[in-house]
Amino acid sequence: MSSENFDPTLIGFLCTWCSYTGADLAGTARMTYSPNIRIIRVMCSGRVDPQFVIKAFKEGADGILISGCHPGDCHYKEGNYKALRRHRLLRKMLEQFGIEKERLRLEWVSAAEGAKFQNVCDEFTEQIKELGPLNIMKGDINEYREA
Amino acid sequence: MVNLKIDGKTIQVEDGITILQAAEQQEIKIPTLCYHPLMEPYAACRVCVVESISGKGSELVTSCNTLVKNGMEIQTASDKALFARRMNVEMLLAQAPAAVPVQELAKELGIEKTRFKIKDPDEKCILCGMCVRACEDIVGASAISFLQRGQHREVCTPFGEQSEACIGCTACAFFCPTGAITVEDLHGRKVIHSELDLGPSTAIRVPIRQAVPMVPFIDEEACIHFKTGECKICSDVCQKEAIDHEAQDEEIELEVGSIILASGFKSFDPSLIPAYGYGRLDNVITALEFERLVNASSPTGGKILLSNGEEPKSVGIIHCVGSRDENYNEYCSRVCCMYSLKFAHLLKEKTSADIYDFYIDMRCFGKGYEEFYHRLLHEGTKFIRGRVSEVSDMALSKEEEGKLIIRVEDTLIGVVRRIPVDMVILATGLEPGTDSNQIAKVFNISCSQDGFFLERHPKLAPVSTFSDGIFLAGTCQSPKDIPDTVAQAGAAACEALALADKGKFDLEPITAEIDEELCAGCQICVGLCPFTAITYDKEKGISEINDALCKGCGTCVSACPSGAAQQKHFRDKQIFAEIEGIFIE
Amino acid sequence: MSTEKPKVAFYWCASCGGCEEAVIDLAEDILKVTAAVDIVFWPVAMDFKKTDVEAMEDGSIAVSFINGAVRNSEQEEMVNLLRRKSGLVVAFGSCSHLGGIPGLANFWNRKTIFNSSYHTSPSTDNPEGTIPQEKHIMEDGKELTLPRFYDTVYTLDQVIDVDYYLPGCAPPKHLIMTAITAILEGKLPSKGAVLSPNKSLCDDCGRNDSKPEKLAIKAVKRPWEVEMDNEKCFLAQGIICMGPATRSGCEERCILGNMPCRGCFGPTDQVYDQGAKFLGAFASLLDSDDEEEIEKIVNTIVDPAGTFYRFSLPSSILRRKRMETVK
Repeated sequence: MSSENFDPTLIGFLCTWCSYTGADLAGTARMTYSPNIRIIRVMCSGRVDPQFVIKAFKEGADGILISGCHPGDCHYKEGNYKALRRHRLLRKMLEQFGIEKERLRLEWVSAAEGAKFQNVCDEFTEQIKELGPLNIMKGDINEYREA
Repeated sequence: MVNLKIDGKTIQVEDGITILQAAEQQEIKIPTLCYHPLMEPYAACRVCVVESISGKGSELVTSCNTLVKNGMEIQTASDKALFARRMNVEMLLAQAPAAVPVQELAKELGIEKTRFKIKDPDEKCILCGMCVRACEDIVGASAISFLQRGQHREVCTPFGEQSEACIGCTACAFFCPTGAITVEDLHGRKVIHSELDLGPSTAIRVPIRQAVPMVPFIDEEACIHFKTGECKICSDVCQKEAIDHEAQDEEIELEVGSIILASGFKSFDPSLIPAYGYGRLDNVITALEFERLVNASSPTGGKILLSNGEEPKSVGIIHCVGSRDENYNEYCSRVCCMYSLKFAHLLKEKTSADIYDFYIDMRCFGKGYEEFYHRLLHEGTKFIRGRVSEVSDMALSKEEEGKLIIRVEDTLIGVVRRIPVDMVILATGLEPGTDSNQIAKVFNISCSQDGFFLERHPKLAPVSTFSDGIFLAGTCQSPKDIPDTVAQAGAAACEALALADKGKFDLEPITAEIDEELCAGCQICVGLCPFTAITYDKEKGISEINDALCKGCGTCVSACPSGAAQQKHFRDKQIFAEIEGIFIE
Repeated sequence: MSTEKPKVAFYWCASCGGCEEAVIDLAEDILKVTAAVDIVFWPVAMDFKKTDVEAMEDGSIAVSFINGAVRNSEQEEMVNLLRRKSGLVVAFGSCSHLGGIPGLANFWNRKTIFNSSYHTSPSTDNPEGTIPQEKHIMEDGKELTLPRFYDTVYTLDQVIDVDYYLPGCAPPKHLIMTAITAILEGKLPSKGAVLSPNKSLCDDCGRNDSKPEKLAIKAVKRPWEVEMDNEKCFLAQGIICMGPATRSGCEERCILGNMPCRGCFGPTDQVYDQGAKFLGAFASLLDSDDEEEIEKIVNTIVDPAGTFYRFSLPSSILRRKRMETVK
């Protein structure tokens, strides 16, 4: 697939208090942003289990956004710091799997930052378009054997 | 009780009062200069002299410091008394020919001119010493005193230099009966009771006129007592003995079930827009200042006056000052259009001025508002669509001289106009309170981009916040007018009451749980919980979650290395299914 | 040879041979086993040929214990054959269960492995650059073949249907005996079960109570970098121990030898991906909220993927490093 007509699939894990509400704001404010992102709501960015990220890549995501409240603003005091720690280590580990660290993005988006959410989505989509498809194989043994 | 006769009238008064006070009770006026009810009488001016007749003869006494006696007979305006009073006033006139009260008194007594030698035609001081006594006895500062004696006597600070002892309280000027003492902030030293633009400030005042409870407080920064330990005049005056100078600020801790935040707004500071001249040009005032001016209890008694005391002949009202402006606040402050219309109406009612409203567009959104706008149109207010670029006092033509000139592009006719007016009212917008960010931190709520507190949902939960039990009312949430504020406050109160009425607290359904069978007691989750909801049970060798403390963030769930912890409604299985669902073709 | 005794087969694929040793290590217990069963196929110990197995009736072998991962065509063919002939197949040991140490080859592929093994490794002496060929015609016209070496290492259950798993590198004696007894007595758990307790190792670990109230890691140490306390929890010492994310049942062999757990028993049933799950747990313990400092601590973890997926890479969600070649 050439990068011109490559239409990436992005998954966003958004915390319900800040980023999901921010995305909601972008919606209610009728801001247009890249439709490539699919949103999965979690209560807190600290709930984002690295398993989810890996599962999403495996299933076909080309990029994953984890988004939570700004540092110090977490509804649960410090969940976003846990997300930060996991993100940094996971990003490093994913590179060993041949998955570019840019494909896993962590952003702080507050409930008021509809415009920021819009920007992040658009920018991220562009970035992933440049990186190209991830093409993680999902199938059975035959698919692997012949690769 | 004491029986006496004043001006032929037999009266009974209580013991221990002065002749002056007894006369006052009978509404008999004895002129005075150096008498003040808050000060010990001193009889310095001797204007209050009266004739006291006893069996043998009569004598002249000063009524301000002579106590009543049984059987006393007083003549306040007998020939003898008047003669003495005239003489005294004539002498005072020679001492302080410029003192208006003395001039008036002289006129009243039929004195056309003094026969004595006038030393200084500009002198106002009658050397009564009220200032000196006020400074010493009341304030306790002793910063001024008499200097020299006889005809060289004068009131002065030591060596005629600015006294270190002076605290700038202005009590001397306050008590001075002839206006001989004026206060000026000479060397940047703070004058405590400076006059605000629109009225005097005192150390005792009510915070705002609509304060509930309507109780005054003492501003310790400004109170003389807290500087010198003296004064306490207020205690003397207050008959209910309600003033307690020893009272201390108290911090009160209350345990409550819910909190309604109604911390209000801050009015936009128009001096940030230098082109409008606020603070630089006289008669450019803010909406709040106009509101104060037009209020019946204002220093002008509700009259709309210019700084020179004249009534304005034309007034310009500039809308959207600090609102709908990318340089300041992008949002519409919502209330300005309507209050501007109200101002225009009040101006029409109280003055005959021409009124110009400069607007971007009229936002008359509420019940009866559009109708009000139409009424204003009929009343003859001139509406000019355009953003004012400048207010200046630089006249280009004769009719602009002495006026404020509003420069504006009238976008309806496409012409740049210069409109000379006497007064400019800036319809300042509403801004979040200066400390709204700190308040938000304390209550763990968010602020929206404009800085106002963020509601939980703009439509479905407009009074709730992201913190349970914290509700919002009024302009702390967004600019709004009084009806909207009242409605929101009512809703917030209901929300709080609904919680109180239930008397119990609904637990978050989305909490974490640990499967006892699967937990190996590794304790990784324990230290991660920000709410200390997880404890390790050493005996059972497992960790347990306290449902009442768990807020359901799920941090422990994603950290549980054996998958024993799960979050209700957000189980790993469920989220995996969501991820898979996204990729179903 | 009694016909009533159930037939048992042992086979090895990509493994080190340790699992075979584990069977031998049953010591005198092996006699009980041989008394109860008839071993019909065990290449490492007895001389049987593939044709012998092919000759058997389908399903006639009661149980096949297969150890090792599947990484070439021969292994794939043999496990398929054994699957056909066996009533039950037990994945024996970490490699067939999870992929094991050979599974770490999934960070590479055939090309890079051959390049390293036959060209670049320091001990290679291969001036002609010969690499193994799958087929070679000899001068006399005879054809020699070698199995095909796959790009990817597989767990047994990715190739054939597996009934039970005996975890461990290698499975400990008591688990083997319990499994064999259960099979002989017909007291089997439901299909697909891992024959070891479904709790993580901390449950058994004697050091668990030495954990501080709040685990917090400022810097990650590798075992050779520090003198390890032999009573204190490894995590509390800043040493990566996979115990919390690893199934118990190993009788803490490594811990008792003062070595942290490497995770050979694989995850518990609720966990989808051992490495990612452990990463989620471990990263949360990093003791900083500051981006730069976190980065610094993360940099002290030299090989996160190899550490967290030491035994479980082929069985993990991603299974292998992303392939360069695109289908």
